[in-house]
Amino acid sequence: MSNKLATLKFEQLKEIKWRELIIGVSMPMIGLLVFLALWHSVAPNIKTSLGEFPQPKQVFAQWGNLVDEYQSEQDRATQFYERQEKRNAELLAKDPAAKVDTREFSGRPTFFDKIKTSLITVLSGFLVATIIAIPIGIMIGLSQTLYSAINPLIQLFKPVSPLAWLPLVTIVVSAVYVSDSPAFSKSYIISLFTVSLCSLWPTMINTAVGVAGVSKDLINVSRVLRLGWFTHVVKIVLPSAIPMMFTGLRISLGIAWMVLIAAEMLSQNPGLGKFVWDEFQNGSSESLSRICLAILVIGLIGFLLDRAILMLQTYVNWDKSAVVR
Amino acid sequence: MSQIHLELTKVGIEFPTPKGPFCALRDVDLKIKKGEFVSLIGHSGCGKSTVLNIVAGLYQATTGGVVLNGREVNEPGPERAVVFQNHSLLPWLTAYENVELGVKRVFKGKKTKAEMRDWIEHNLELVHMTHAMHKRPDEISGGMKQRVGIARALAMEPQVLLMDEPFGALDALTRAHLQDSLMEIQNELGNTVIMITHDVDEAVLLSDRIVMMTNGPAATVGEILEVTLPRPRNRLELADNAGYNGYRSAVLRFLHEKQKKVEPIAAKRADKHREQDTPAQAKSVA
Repeated sequence: MSNKLATLKFEQLKEIKWRELIIGVSMPMIGLLVFLALWHSVAPNIKTSLGEFPQPKQVFAQWGNLVDEYQSEQDRATQFYERQEKRNAELLAKDPAAKVDTREFSGRPTFFDKIKTSLITVLSGFLVATIIAIPIGIMIGLSQTLYSAINPLIQLFKPVSPLAWLPLVTIVVSAVYVSDSPAFSKSYIISLFTVSLCSLWPTMINTAVGVAGVSKDLINVSRVLRLGWFTHVVKIVLPSAIPMMFTGLRISLGIAWMVLIAAEMLSQNPGLGKFVWDEFQNGSSESLSRICLAILVIGLIGFLLDRAILMLQTYVNWDKSAVVR
Repeated sequence: MSQIHLELTKVGIEFPTPKGPFCALRDVDLKIKKGEFVSLIGHSGCGKSTVLNIVAGLYQATTGGVVLNGREVNEPGPERAVVFQNHSLLPWLTAYENVELGVKRVFKGKKTKAEMRDWIEHNLELVHMTHAMHKRPDEISGGMKQRVGIARALAMEPQVLLMDEPFGALDALTRAHLQDSLMEIQNELGNTVIMITHDVDEAVLLSDRIVMMTNGPAATVGEILEVTLPRPRNRLELADNAGYNGYRSAVLRFLHEKQKKVEPIAAKRADKHREQDTPAQAKSVA
């Protein structure tokens, strides 16, 4: 009897599991399909100066074109290096003391090079923002006095649009960053700092709130043990502030990625922002499809960056059972 | 054994409130001998915890002061270890690491790494926690957390152990178990202990003296009851002991007759009508 009950329960559980799985997989698929269907049916009705608005299939076809472009650039690069090597070898064969020079291949950056540039720029900008924001956040979280001093500045600069910062950053970087053989291009530095300036605020504020919100009991423990400042921060303050800190970091990275596209458009940093801008200026029949594709890629990368931060949080957080979403 | 170890003299404290200073304690005098086990008992809100926090150095007395071994107490320190009511373990550290935090602070430069490890393990053994040494607080039960809290305090080799309702949040069986452990440990180490409690049985069972506090505001020491039951004490034997029951009823009488907190509702209403604006007066010291 009880055995029968148990099997019944097991069967039911299995069924519930299945149902959950089906819902978990099918619902997002249905959502996606409905979106694509709407897009497919509405697009031909939008007539633009560059022709009809592209349908999904045209947009996805561009993916193939971009991969082909990448392939041909790769081939050109290989050929270039082969030619160069051959030429140098011939020169050396004629005269062993001949001066040979090796040059870098300077082809057009392809879509995938641009994704790479964008990722590098956003991550370095985000890193600079984090390095500035977390220590300041900890300081103002620990000291009410410092908080009162710095909070007005945060509130003042937090809402400023990246487009407002950019001219200023451009002019300052152009004036300060002067070098004959710059290690980084100016456009990269400009985009980086614009991203940092816009994305450091959420991390700073959330860190401060997390640090200020450490439980009074734990602070009393620290006082009774008479922990030094450093131990207090490392052992008590930081672990309790981690969830808030990561909330800030996630918002910051989201902002950084959004700001980056705008910054790249204006500073001409060869990333996805410039890709979109160039296609806009180019105005060929393929441009709209390519812009649409870029938008999808930008969205997908933004999503993956957010997931990456979540994974980092799960890794860093002491509470492995905490639900992160 | 008999010299005065810890002395509270005319301790009073006022907290600023929007309506002006609120006097929580007034003229608390208490002399505690080395190795003595003293309980503070009284109704909720009578300032027991405040007394403990002043001794711990977490609060500053407005008037009077606390002297430990001839030195004034004015900041927290590991020689006055606190066992907090809600254990206050750091949730991101294991039991071992929680104890280690205090040990490292107190014995830095005095013990080698191996000695420290032995010492931490010894203290966890004292509270019977060796089996769950490397578990985090969320993986162990409430009673076990409190054991770790006690181990953390003991491991600092405090001159005075301050316990703020250490067993208040535990079920009766676990509480009895921990009380027995505490008596055993105190018998072995001879620490001076100040413990806050709500529990009359606990106070009589564990204490050498029971300090009964009057109701706030401006609470102070009401009566002090000397408990001369022989040690080691056994809860089962004491249950029928006339002396034990005498102490119990003395404490109960103080709490429920002399310092009655809850008035019958009808009387309260009548009172309210009679003296609408007069604030509740502190009851006089018995």
